[in-house]
Amino acid sequence: MSTPVSVSLLVNGEPIDAFVLPRLNLADFLRENLKLTGTHIGCEHGVCGACTVRIDGEIVRSCLMLTVQAQGASVETIEGLSDSGEIADLQAAFRERNALQCGYCTPGMLMTAQDLLKHLPVPDRQAIREHLSGNYCRCTGYQAIVDAVEATARMRAERPA
Amino acid sequence: MKAAAFAYARATSVVNALELLAAHGDKAKVLSGGQSLMPAMNLRLVSPDVLVDIGGLAELRGIAVRAGVLVVGALTRHVDLLRSTDVALHAPLLRDAVGYVAHPAIRNRGTIGGSLAHADPASELPACVVALDATIVIRGPTGERRIAATEFFKGIYETALSPDELLVAIEVPIADQGSTFFFQEYARRHGDYAVVGLAARAAVAAGRFTDLRLGFFAVGDRPLLGAAAGRLINASVTPALLAEAATALVDELDPPEDQQATAAMRRHLATVLLRRCVAALLARPDLAAGVTG
Ligand SMILES: Cc1cc2nc3c(=O)[nH]c(=O)nc-3n(C[C@H](O)[C@H](O)[C@H](O)COP(=O)(O)OP(=O)(O)OC[C@H]3O[C@@H](n4cnc5c(N)ncnc54)[C@H](O)[C@@H]3O)c2cc1C
Ligand code: FES
Ligand code: FES
Repeated sequence: MSTPVSVSLLVNGEPIDAFVLPRLNLADFLRENLKLTGTHIGCEHGVCGACTVRIDGEIVRSCLMLTVQAQGASVETIEGLSDSGEIADLQAAFRERNALQCGYCTPGMLMTAQDLLKHLPVPDRQAIREHLSGNYCRCTGYQAIVDAVEATARMRAERPA
Repeated sequence: MKAAAFAYARATSVVNALELLAAHGDKAKVLSGGQSLMPAMNLRLVSPDVLVDIGGLAELRGIAVRAGVLVVGALTRHVDLLRSTDVALHAPLLRDAVGYVAHPAIRNRGTIGGSLAHADPASELPACVVALDATIVIRGPTGERRIAATEFFKGIYETALSPDELLVAIEVPIADQGSTFFFQEYARRHGDYAVVGLAARAAVAAGRFTDLRLGFFAVGDRPLLGAAAGRLINASVTPALLAEAATALVDELDPPEDQQATAAMRRHLATVLLRRCVAALLARPDLAAGVTG
């Protein structure tokens, strides 16, 4: 029972082959096996959003996904988005607006905010709040986070294509 | 907390999934999107010995229109319902409702089949399929059976499915020209489970309801098709008649009491939703008097 299963996936563009126990969730796999500790774990039942990653371009909760379910998938973590420069402006806006304090929620917030801006380039504050409503922040009170996302959206809209 | 150990089997077809379920009996659990099953396993509320992962089965995916019905595969994700033009055209109630289900990252993995099979009484989609008079298509070791959505939900997390069966699709009668819909819920925060909600389908002619199906949720152990609607069909709806229907609705309900609301508050909120629904569907703002303040 419960023997390791082989799994092959891409993580931040790099091919990974591993043998994992079925119960190992993707968040733990990223953090412990791959040492990608930018993906945080808060609640382990889908409520806080700290573990948000991208699978085949769409955000998901990595605590609610088994590593074996990621067979053949392309996983992008906060390290991937950060290293590629995809969210450099969003990260700068978070710093400028004080949208992070302890930083625990920040990777998940950035993942979720970037997902919103990809689908809805110029969201109003209500849309930002709704999209981020599944991500908990214990420090900032959210106002500054909404400011940072709104400011990034404006800057991107003004930037020549 | 983490899930207890289990064995994992990736089903290669529906037939293979049914074989795996038959082999392991009630020690096995079906895994679809995992958005309800994984939290339950992480909290050790359930500890199956085997997970049968149906996530890769293309035959359970997709949305199609066939002979007056919209066929929605069990593995259709919440986000697919939001994006589908067929759903927007033929079953707009589902599209309206699914925006209230959890959060984007969860809607990217949660499926309609998982939501119906899970049968949380506070869930949006079970009430929708009841209001829409949908049919649930189930496959088991002896073949396929079809069951009306009104017969499918049996209690809290309880359905007509047995452990060796799969929910394979949902058939929704497609909306005709005269159909209108209403969806609203009260929740503490967008994306949270509803405190009380209403999903309704109606047909209106010459200012009267010729049909009205009220699917209330979070007011009992399963979605409730409000019988009080009967009073409003083929009648001239006056404030007095609506008040009568609201009283009849309160008598029908047996809402739970929890940290979110008392039973009395849920009864009250259900009547507010009833009034808003009737006022909106008949385009009679006068009937909503007193419920917006
Ligand atoms: C933080 C959070 C908030 C949420 N908020 C809401 C909300 O507001 N409203 C809401 O409705 N839901 C909510 N959900 C639950 C979510 O919508 C799930 O997507 C859904 O309830 C289950 O779908 P799933 O595909 O993930 O099923 P799974 O979790 O994979 O399975 C759920 C159950 O159904 C069984 N099952 C799954 N598919 C089948 C099938 N085809 N045949 C037979 N049995 C099957 C499984 O064995 C399991 O018992 C929330 C979840 C989280 C984590
Ligand atoms: S750790 Fe995954 S949502 Fe909280
Ligand atoms: S910055 Fe501390 S939790 Fe958000």
